[in-house]
Amino acid sequence: MPHDDPDHPHSLLPPEPALRVKALETILTRKGLVDPAALEEIIDTYQNRIGPKNGAQVVAKAWADPAFRAQLMEDATAAVTALGFYGRQGEHIVAVENTAEQHNLVVCTLCSCYPWPLLGIPPAWYKSDAYRARAVREPRKVLADFGVTLPDGTAVRVWDSTAEVRYLVIPMRPKGTEGLSEEALTALVSRDSMIGTALAAEPAP
Amino acid sequence: MTRVHDMGGRFGDGPVVPDREDAPIFEQDWHARALAVTLASGALGQWNLDVSRHARERLAPKDYAGFSYYEKWISALADLLVENGVLRLEDLQGAGEEGLHALASRALKAEAVTAVLAKGGPADRAEGPKARFSPGQAVRVRVPADSRHADGGHTRLPQYVAGARGYILRLHGNHVLPDSNAHGLGEAPEPLYAVRFHARMLWAHAEHPDDEVILDLWQSYLEPL
Repeated sequence: MPHDDPDHPHSLLPPEPALRVKALETILTRKGLVDPAALEEIIDTYQNRIGPKNGAQVVAKAWADPAFRAQLMEDATAAVTALGFYGRQGEHIVAVENTAEQHNLVVCTLCSCYPWPLLGIPPAWYKSDAYRARAVREPRKVLADFGVTLPDGTAVRVWDSTAEVRYLVIPMRPKGTEGLSEEALTALVSRDSMIGTALAAEPAP
Repeated sequence: MTRVHDMGGRFGDGPVVPDREDAPIFEQDWHARALAVTLASGALGQWNLDVSRHARERLAPKDYAGFSYYEKWISALADLLVENGVLRLEDLQGAGEEGLHALASRALKAEAVTAVLAKGGPADRAEGPKARFSPGQAVRVRVPADSRHADGGHTRLPQYVAGARGYILRLHGNHVLPDSNAHGLGEAPEPLYAVRFHARMLWAHAEHPDDEVILDLWQSYLEPL
């Protein structure tokens, strides 16, 4: 049952957040419940190994390889797993494709659900109250905060990540990129373009 | 009624302030520590993801609104550790027993981290009831939207779609029901659907007549129309 006692146990720890973390880490480490080397390993994973470069590879491949694109739209979990992207907070992936008629935007109004194996740890704005509250009600005004304006003929689909399914936006391939290699295409795919708050970048002239 | 985390559609939060693409992943060192300590503690196996989400949602509204993101994580983690009998209040006060904990053998080791993170925790299950709805079908979201499993309990049904008419977009298969799993009542898997709603049916001042909002909703959140 829920406990609604306002005197939560956490109030016994130091109030300053950095000290609160340190105090809890120290208690758990002394009891052998947490291995400091494991903490370093977790931090290194999300600081250095898993991030939006993974998702950008998926998008570039979808642009360049029609067979992969078809597989991605049919079963994205299998398609990205085959590229080596899987794990915590990416167990069930669905890819949603932007077109001239439809723009996709992803949010989690209830917490901060995000496709970690493809995009890493979410940026601060994605976890902010303002984004969580507004994205479902006024996505176009939120896009304006990012400097993005959609044509009136483009409908917006906002995906509220209420379950364990994680959505990856496949932005539209920019014009003038026909001759580019998959690797060069990757450089045009920003983190925000895979959440839906940006468009893919135009290639440098 | 709602809890403070259920903020979809709320007014008054002001602009979204984008971070640069190259901003540090962890703005402060303690953010990274908070994430790592939370994941490592979760690996002790004393609670599931739904229980931990509920612990964050149960923070007092003034704390939920006032705490930064990782402050919510670390505070909810302290609460979880005590509520699940891993730590005692004396431990948090620095006056607990010395020596290794009975669960120490389950501590996540550095060499296991990559495999544990790669394994994740799939939520789909083979068992559970058959799908009652099919793509294209009109449905109504149940009212009231709060948890039927526990008073003030965990649910993934946001208030802003309560009573709204939507259309089944796709079936994801049977998934663990958070409303049950967060309260030690079993996984109770059931069909999970992506459900499409017209923005103009949710908001009096929708921005565009063709805009839509999609939510993943469990079968027991929905009624036939």
